[in-house]
Amino acid sequence: MADLRAQIEDQIPRLRRYARALTGDRTLADDLVQDTLERALTRFHLWRHGSDLRAWLFTIMHNIFVNQARSRLRHRHESLESNAAVEAMQAPEPDWLQLRDLDRALAQLPHEQRTVLLLVGLEQFTYEEAARVLQVPIGTVMSRLSRGRERLRMVLAGDSNVSALKVVK
Amino acid sequence: MIRLPITEADLHAYVDGILPAERAAEIEAYLAEHPEDAARVASYCEQTASLHRVFDPMLDEPLPQRLEVPRPLWVRPALRYAAVVAWLALGGVAGWHLHEYRAAGQFEATTWARRAAVAHVTYSPEVRHPVEVGAAEEAHLVRWLSKRLGASVKAPHLGDLGYSLVGGRLLPGDRGPVAQFMYQDGKGQRLTLYLRRDAGKQRETAFRFSRERGVGVFYWIDGGLGYALSGEIDKPELLRVATAVYRQLNP
Repeated sequence: MADLRAQIEDQIPRLRRYARALTGDRTLADDLVQDTLERALTRFHLWRHGSDLRAWLFTIMHNIFVNQARSRLRHRHESLESNAAVEAMQAPEPDWLQLRDLDRALAQLPHEQRTVLLLVGLEQFTYEEAARVLQVPIGTVMSRLSRGRERLRMVLAGDSNVSALKVVK
Repeated sequence: MIRLPITEADLHAYVDGILPAERAAEIEAYLAEHPEDAARVASYCEQTASLHRVFDPMLDEPLPQRLEVPRPLWVRPALRYAAVVAWLALGGVAGWHLHEYRAAGQFEATTWARRAAVAHVTYSPEVRHPVEVGAAEEAHLVRWLSKRLGASVKAPHLGDLGYSLVGGRLLPGDRGPVAQFMYQDGKGQRLTLYLRRDAGKQRETAFRFSRERGVGVFYWIDGGLGYALSGEIDKPELLRVATAVYRQLNP
């Protein structure tokens, strides 16, 4: 048991990285990680020994994120600007301009696409693993990945049509 | 040889580096003849690279206190266990001292010195992880601890006395977070400076000294911060360092 707890502890930095990229906000990210850990601790008995612990934790996080997404996203769009500035002062970010640009661009993706893009690109889950975490068919993962990457490319390239879509949303 | 048609899924699998070498080579040949797809693929690869560039540094950050999994369930190696035992013992001793020191201020202050000593004996023998953030990242360390304590803290420079900064860590205290800076001399002798925000009535006090199981502690309050300097060195030497710390923080 102690060993399993240590294994969960080892996953915390990756859960934080993913949550930070997903929410665009350091505090919200840590809230999400904290909720995930709390839920994981009370559900140890549901974890099957020998199965992938990381996928299990990311699945829990995903479920919490989806449940909270609507209210949190509204929050995030309001606070994005000030947050980037605060992070620039307090965090050892390598390049905060790049962070801000990427945060803004990711924020323009529907969360279904952002989730897949981050699980595959940042966390290096296989498509099958991502499908399990998100509880969708693998074909859905592929199409979201494809659309997400293309949309991110357009946003980063400063495509005005894509930017206009955000205003409408 | 019959080549399979190149699909959108192939391009992504290529970006994610999961194709067998032979198929990857086919994709490359295809991209060489299709510049638009090639630009798209290059852009997707760059997306993955920037995600890592921007977000990977989070992997090396010290965890905020609230994400440390609650102890004692999460007691990791022996040191944490020792710390818990020390804290339990401390509770007993502190309870006993309550009879001795009726004056609440005095009780508070001796508890503070004892906690500093416990933190000192817990972390100063650590070989691999004496600190959470090393001296190489001093600016980040100081910023981080200042933020967590809610007060501007500084890591005094004690090089003139032969002690260099090892780094620091954040610890739980009875009234909020506490910072610990660790110093070391050329022989590996370590000192720790333990500090917290002190919202008590006294804005400053004189130096006080206490010895807790072989650890000498000078402690004082200055400018709304409580300080405790601990070390297993003799009292005059420790006083010399404490004086230097005080002077640096009050130039």
